[in-house]
Amino acid sequence: MIPAKFDYVRPSSVDEAVRALASGGDDAKAIAGGQSLLPLLRLRLSYPERLVDLGGLADLRGVRDAGDALEIGALTTHYELTRDPLIRRHCGLLAEAAAMIADPAVRHRGTLGGALAHGDPAGDLPAVITALDATLVARGPSGSRAITPADFFADYLTTTLAPGEILASVRVPKLDGWGYRYEKFHVTAQAWAIVGVAAVARRANGHVAEARVGLTNMGSVPVRARAAEAAASGAEASAAALAAAAAQADEGTSPPSDLRAAADYRRHLARVLTGRALAAAAGVS
Amino acid sequence: MTATETAAREVGKARTRKEDARLITGQTNWTDNITLPGLTYVAFLRSPQAHARITGVDVSAAKTAPGVIAAFSGADFAAEQGSLPCAWPVTEDIVMPEHPPMAVDTVRYAGEIVAAVVARDRYAAADALELIDVSYEPLDPVLDMEAALRPDSPKVHEAGNKSYTWTLTNGDLEAAFRDAPIVLERTYRQQRLIPSAMEPRAVVCAPVAGEYTVWSATQIPHILRVMLALVTGIPEQQIRVIAPDVGGGFGSKLQVTAEEVLALLIARKLGRPVKWTESRSEGNVAVHHGRDQIQRIRIAAESDGRLRALDVDLLADMGAYLMLVTPGVPLLGAFMYNAIYKMDAYRFNCTGVFTTKTPTDAYRGAGRPEATYAIEHIMDDLAAELGVDPLEVRERNWIKHEEFPYTTIAGLTYDSGNYEAATATAKELFHYEELRNEQSERARSSAPVRLGIGVSTFTEMCGLAPSRVLGSLLYAAGGWESASIRMLATGKVEVVTGSSAHGQGHETAWSQIAADELGVPFEDIRVLHGDTQVSPRGMDTYGSRSLVVGGTALVQACGKVREKARIVAASMLEVSPEDLEWADGRWSVRGDPDQGKTIGEIAFAAFAAHDLPEGVEPSLDSDATYDPDNFSFPHGTHLCAVEVDTETGAVRIRSYVAVDDVGVVVNPQIVEGQVHGGIVQGIAQALYEEAAYDSSGNLVTTTLADYLVPSAADVPPLVTARTTTPSTLNPLGVKGVGEAGTIASTPAVVNAIVDALRPLGVTDVPMPCTPERIWRAIQEASGGAR
Repeated sequence: MIPAKFDYVRPSSVDEAVRALASGGDDAKAIAGGQSLLPLLRLRLSYPERLVDLGGLADLRGVRDAGDALEIGALTTHYELTRDPLIRRHCGLLAEAAAMIADPAVRHRGTLGGALAHGDPAGDLPAVITALDATLVARGPSGSRAITPADFFADYLTTTLAPGEILASVRVPKLDGWGYRYEKFHVTAQAWAIVGVAAVARRANGHVAEARVGLTNMGSVPVRARAAEAAASGAEASAAALAAAAAQADEGTSPPSDLRAAADYRRHLARVLTGRALAAAAGVS
Repeated sequence: MTATETAAREVGKARTRKEDARLITGQTNWTDNITLPGLTYVAFLRSPQAHARITGVDVSAAKTAPGVIAAFSGADFAAEQGSLPCAWPVTEDIVMPEHPPMAVDTVRYAGEIVAAVVARDRYAAADALELIDVSYEPLDPVLDMEAALRPDSPKVHEAGNKSYTWTLTNGDLEAAFRDAPIVLERTYRQQRLIPSAMEPRAVVCAPVAGEYTVWSATQIPHILRVMLALVTGIPEQQIRVIAPDVGGGFGSKLQVTAEEVLALLIARKLGRPVKWTESRSEGNVAVHHGRDQIQRIRIAAESDGRLRALDVDLLADMGAYLMLVTPGVPLLGAFMYNAIYKMDAYRFNCTGVFTTKTPTDAYRGAGRPEATYAIEHIMDDLAAELGVDPLEVRERNWIKHEEFPYTTIAGLTYDSGNYEAATATAKELFHYEELRNEQSERARSSAPVRLGIGVSTFTEMCGLAPSRVLGSLLYAAGGWESASIRMLATGKVEVVTGSSAHGQGHETAWSQIAADELGVPFEDIRVLHGDTQVSPRGMDTYGSRSLVVGGTALVQACGKVREKARIVAASMLEVSPEDLEWADGRWSVRGDPDQGKTIGEIAFAAFAAHDLPEGVEPSLDSDATYDPDNFSFPHGTHLCAVEVDTETGAVRIRSYVAVDDVGVVVNPQIVEGQVHGGIVQGIAQALYEEAAYDSSGNLVTTTLADYLVPSAADVPPLVTARTTTPSTLNPLGVKGVGEAGTIASTPAVVNAIVDALRPLGVTDVPMPCTPERIWRAIQEASGGAR
């Protein structure tokens, strides 16, 4: 289908972008790779009067080694996430998950910042960022601010970005030596996850010392499976022990019932897949 | 002396297709590519209500929007638009309601057209649609067939929700079921499918002084021309229909659509060319849907599994209206439930039911996949009941190779077949015995991933169709096909065919056949099709008919060319025609082969006409129109191995073997492509596809994000092979292949899933076999213990 009419601006600096968005208010929307926004426009589910194209903002590109963390520009594409040597080395979970998004065409245009700002709990990267305890850095009319994932994802397709604010970068703590696995359960290769589990685990003496689990599509926002994390911490690094820890993976979640799956099935999947993701992250073969 | 007595050089070769170079380099002419001076664009407003009275349509704001030339409501067309045609009223008392292309006072499915905007560009047209104000008085939707047949159901049409009942019986069913050692009864659901051709539908209509050229992404240019004339009253000779490049159909473009009729009427009203192109989400709700049946099947068998009788009772969802062949689609399956098996009695009963949903019509096997699914599924159930291998049970029942030709209980005569050979080859390629051994070993463990093996032995009826049979079934048109050969002065050849390819590769295959029949190089032949002004006579392409019927017409036309050439050659060589023999494109004197003329030399002599015998016309050009005596019956054996993860319900196809017998093969590469594509389509029905409606009657699966189809990333490795049992019914010995893959594969996959789960107490999983449905079936079978 064909989008409704819109004005289009392509700022050449972040400040210009912020001004264009702030002055447009609710009628302005930022566009980066367009892989989430364009389908909404074409189906006329969204009617922004002004599109602010962030594609020319070189400041928002690149991956920087910031000591104990990586600073990843918001305009980094999914494809770049899968290939960047710093990401593969220090937070491989992000590269693994990005490689499973949609298809190559989408991955070459879609961006980290766009995927996160879109705020779709069925997208893969929000749960990954949540599991990684990353920090989202926004820039707006009142300057820069750092936001935790829990404070960033407010509701279905809703973030706490204020009018005029854009995501500038994501700061991901390095997890050298941690194992990881993104389990994406979907029916066809290009489909969204019915449920996804992002797990990272630090192993010591045949046990899991520490684990973090983020869940895709188990609520209106990505959630941490904190009960399962607590149960996994200190658990034996074995499939059986981690499956037992994962029995609590759906605690505190409110999974949707939709065309793809009913809520009770999603709960079951979350438990099974969390066990498998933790085992893989813990290096259990 | 026939060409087939010469060694065939082209037929059988895996020739690279002539079509491909331009198709894959974008030198294409899709309907949407067509641009004309002054072209206008039409957009259609579609009802968001499944069932409602239209109480008002206000297009005034749309009319004044920027770029808009005109805006219309149903009232503007009521007097001239007539009714979209149904060419197959299957019974004398069928209820066939009026079907206005644009709704006037009532809408009966969400997606039905209620208004139109014509603008200078497609963007203005899309924007102006939002300015049209339609008021509806909602009525109750009718969404469930069984509920629709109850006396208290809301009515889709005044005459009620039942369109027809059609029955076929043979043999004494009651006697066969009485005291039968084994009786099985099952209910299966054929889910509603949405055709997903790569090319969306489009139509362009150009009016010039009372003559109308219609380009359409259609499979049926000839039938469409006749129907447009009948519906609009425009004289047939004033209409030209062109199917340019068409990107897939599988039945979805076998239709006379509201959009085509309205584009023609709008072009006539405005005196300007008009284009319509659908979007994918528009197409999902507007293209006719496939399948949607509730099948009740009963078999009666002896204690060793030999079938006595089969009883089929079908509810078939017509949707809101009867479109071109809507009521006949289930009937194509009527002759196929008995499949490859012998039995003493058979009854098929089908009730066509109206609902407030998109109309259904022919799609991807049209009635035969439904039948094959049901019989192959219950045969596996029978095997399980007996504790006998599923292939063994089938072998006890199938028609033996030496029994052909064989007249089945449904009344069809299968000409030839060799189920033994296809099955033996399939078992070997599949490593059947080893996999069964692996399966029993693994069954002893409690590992969550289980191995299942699915079997599908099928035949189908294609090569549609003997015209007298179509007439006896009350189908309005015939089933012949036509070919014309034009022998050009320079020795090159034009083949004009009534077939209308939309991806099948006819330009290549017809060139191969004509090359052998005429002894002319493959490269010197051009195949023309799809334009009623160029190919004046045809019954178009569907039902795996073109090679069987169109190919035979081609062979016959070539035979006439050779005979005309013989007369001229005899005169050129000053011998009697009986003294000539034909070999490799040349008539030569028997016993003195140096004395001869090539077909090219003879063509030029005919063209120059300096010295033709008395009464001989100066042309070798010949036509043939061929009406088949029978359907054709390709067959095959497909075997599928799946791994089912019982913890999540996920299915992985581990291996898939397809052995198909399509008779003689003209181009193995084309056949491979057809089989691959068909198998993937059938897998899609087994695992992914379903048109879902909400309780208000809105189609929920309007995009490819919701209506799942597989991509290349989802296709498992396919092993394909062939056996060759030539047809005895046509000179080429061919049987047709377009729908074979999709007919066979759906039951192979579902049978494999059920086979994996039977030890857990699961006896069926309704399609599509999504992970959730598989998981739930396991839960229900074990009382939720897992």
